[in-house]
Amino acid sequence: MYQTENISEQVQAPGNDEVVMVVRNLSKSFGSNQVLNDFSVTLRRGENVVVLGKSGSGKSVLIKCIIGLLKPDSGCIEVFGQRIPDLNAEALDAIRMKIGFLFQSNALYDSMTVRENLEFPLRRHSILLTQEEVDQLVKDALADVKLEHTIDMMPAELSGGMRKRIALARTLILKPAIILYDEPTTGLDPITAREIIDLIMEVQKKYHAASLIISHDMNCVRMVADRVVMLIGGRNYKEAPYEELIQSDDPGIKAFFE
Amino acid sequence: MFSSRYWKFFFEETGNIARFAGRLFSQWGKPRYEIAEFFRQCYIIGYKSLPLVTLTTFIMGLVLTMQIRPFLVDYGVESQLPAMVGIAIVREIGPVITALIFAGKIGSSIGAELGSMKVTEQIDAMEVSGTNPFKYLVVTRVLAATFMLPLLAILGDVVALYGAYLGVNMSGVTSFELFWAKVFKYLSFSDVLPAFVKSFFFGFAVGIVGCYKGYYSKKGTEGVGQSANSAVVLSSVLIFIIDLIAVQITDVLNLN
Repeated sequence: MYQTENISEQVQAPGNDEVVMVVRNLSKSFGSNQVLNDFSVTLRRGENVVVLGKSGSGKSVLIKCIIGLLKPDSGCIEVFGQRIPDLNAEALDAIRMKIGFLFQSNALYDSMTVRENLEFPLRRHSILLTQEEVDQLVKDALADVKLEHTIDMMPAELSGGMRKRIALARTLILKPAIILYDEPTTGLDPITAREIIDLIMEVQKKYHAASLIISHDMNCVRMVADRVVMLIGGRNYKEAPYEELIQSDDPGIKAFFE
Repeated sequence: MFSSRYWKFFFEETGNIARFAGRLFSQWGKPRYEIAEFFRQCYIIGYKSLPLVTLTTFIMGLVLTMQIRPFLVDYGVESQLPAMVGIAIVREIGPVITALIFAGKIGSSIGAELGSMKVTEQIDAMEVSGTNPFKYLVVTRVLAATFMLPLLAILGDVVALYGAYLGVNMSGVTSFELFWAKVFKYLSFSDVLPAFVKSFFFGFAVGIVGCYKGYYSKKGTEGVGQSANSAVVLSSVLIFIIDLIAVQITDVLNLN
């Protein structure tokens, strides 16, 4: 059962520093494996929150619950005042238009060109746009990630870093108010990882979007995080700014920074 | 003969496929209709299978005729060769061989494609992009396979009969008109109809098994390979089982 207490008062219409998303006491298990256990996190407009945890600690499960790809066992997820697990398919689609999701594996459609990949969310979300408007949005999104020349290329023709940037362009094309990043720098070389980190920060400045970033790349955490939520054993272990965490004497926290 | 573990797996898998098919039936009549994707799949599944189906059925018709001829010559009924080959091709060999070729080409490709989409989170990406991936990927592919295989089977029959005509003429002279007259003299509507109808079921079996195996592919590249492989094996077995059931039904209905 989901919690019935009303947290709508915390989740107000998007405005500066307003809470746009609340996750409270979220639990999720697969069989006997309890992945998330009463985990909570709050996200405000324009801030970057990093969820830091070891591989397999349930970070990806958390954001898949937020976007509605997985159903939590218990707890509450509210985005712009709407409880995600309770929404019907139509309402879920509407709320998903406000949430961008950058997949760890990029999830670009292999059988489509870059242009078709970027057009896909525009066309599928039933947004009434002319072809000229669609073309302009695709151009703008590619310009944001500085890959205008790849518009007619297939994903297989792109490097790992380029694929990540195209995936980010596809995430940005609907100008989401919340962006969920699943390990955005994993598997990239340090230079490309730095480019992606710069893009995340540019996006935050340009769109003033709230970002929840799942990562264990400490360089990424250091550069993008306004706040770090440590997820250990499926629970909130510690929540603090990066600078505070790095000075901690707690062995559980120190292990990440050494 | 088989341990209880195999039987458990068999019943679980059968139940899962039945549930998957039930989900398909519950969704295919509801909007939003993926018409464009359906026609795109018809092109990929149907049109792009033409060369392979044409080649294999042509060879099959030719070889079948050459293999049967000596037997008929021995009994002095060589003139019945076009009729015998025609009935064999139209009633059984044409649809079944076309379906098996189709299972090899389309079943494996659907299994591998959906499996790879699953592993690389493309199916999840579709879902968060306002698309019902089941309707977009599964319903369109199963419907395309169901409607394309009967058309390919008809084409396969015609091409195999043309191969048979060449086979007949390799050791004798039979005019084109005489060959077709002899084929159609012994062929009736009750030969063509059951073969045509069972082709829809063959196509459905190939589509549903390929989609099921791909959609529930296990993580990793090995899982994708296994999905493609098991899609071909299972759909081929299902084709024979459907064929067995179809012949019982035509027997009962006196269509033989």
